[in-house]
Amino acid sequence: MTAASYIFGILSAALILVVVIELLRRRHLRERHAVWWLIAGVLALIAGVFPSTLVWVSGLLGVEVPTNLVFFVGIAILFLVCLQHSSELTKLESKTRTLAERVALLELDHRERGARAENSDEG
Amino acid sequence: MAAPFDKTLIVMPAFNEEASVAAVVREVADKLPGISVLVVDDGSSDATTRVAREAGALVATLPFNLGVGGAMRVGFRYAVEHGYENVVQIDSDGQHDPSSVPALLAELADADLVLGARFAGEGDYTVRGPRHWAMVVLASILSRSSRTRLTDTTSGYRASGPRAVSLFAEHYPAEYLGDTIEALVIASRSGLVIRQVPVSMRPRAGGVPSHDPFKAAAYLGRAGLALVFAFIRPPSTYRVGGTL
Repeated sequence: MTAASYIFGILSAALILVVVIELLRRRHLRERHAVWWLIAGVLALIAGVFPSTLVWVSGLLGVEVPTNLVFFVGIAILFLVCLQHSSELTKLESKTRTLAERVALLELDHRERGARAENSDEG
Repeated sequence: MAAPFDKTLIVMPAFNEEASVAAVVREVADKLPGISVLVVDDGSSDATTRVAREAGALVATLPFNLGVGGAMRVGFRYAVEHGYENVVQIDSDGQHDPSSVPALLAELADADLVLGARFAGEGDYTVRGPRHWAMVVLASILSRSSRTRLTDTTSGYRASGPRAVSLFAEHYPAEYLGDTIEALVIASRSGLVIRQVPVSMRPRAGGVPSHDPFKAAAYLGRAGLALVFAFIRPPSTYRVGGTL
């Protein structure tokens, strides 16, 4: 590993963390959505600063090529984030549905009240 | 037998039905004098709302299309909020004959949910091919779970008593086929009594039932999936009084 690739790894990981923390700070990202990205950033930083930990964990898990462990963990995190988003989408859809139903009922109620007021004005 | 019309709300989900909805509303008013009719316009892009209102129905208009399940939950909520005890669902395309409503309501005396069944002797409505087999399999599974003999589980012609109305006002599924299949499972798993009454059906005003084998297979798959998940869902997701 050259010094350039070593620094490149650390900078990439730091960039992920900076972006995630900045989004959190500005409330553009809620904590529960940021959790996986934070984990990914921290893991990338550890692996970047101490490449030997990656080799050590790979040996522990029986992964022959340490890079494959990086790919595996990366895909696993992306998969979990996607799943979380699908689940959030379902919850949002269910809330939107409830809101739409409420709006329809309120509109009807509003119209009925209007009609009743008109009738009592005439009578 | 005096049918409790003043405690009964007819709910008609309508999606782009401006051609038929007025006639159905008038027919209901004609055959069931004094009954309240709520048309739920399910995000139609045509004049369904205006036409139904002019025909004398109450109309709740959804801002976008939610499917029959969403439209029906509006109906059940309206019923709960305005003190109606029973809800009868009727299609707005004229397929259901309103003269069967008193028979459905009579059966509600000792049941919570009454289905108007198309294949139970009356009328001349037939479905053939894979879609028919799917309906037979569904019927046998749902008959077992509801401890009564059901032959037409995808019928949209159904009457709900007070217990069913309060359950459905909170937990009427909006997914595809949820309004027919899953609603039955929720009802039977909540201990409601389900019955079936034969009704005559008229052919649909527009369109023909599909006999495309691929569509039939897709239907079978989705129906099966809906059924499996309806059974393995935790009961806490549809407990009455629970928070949504």
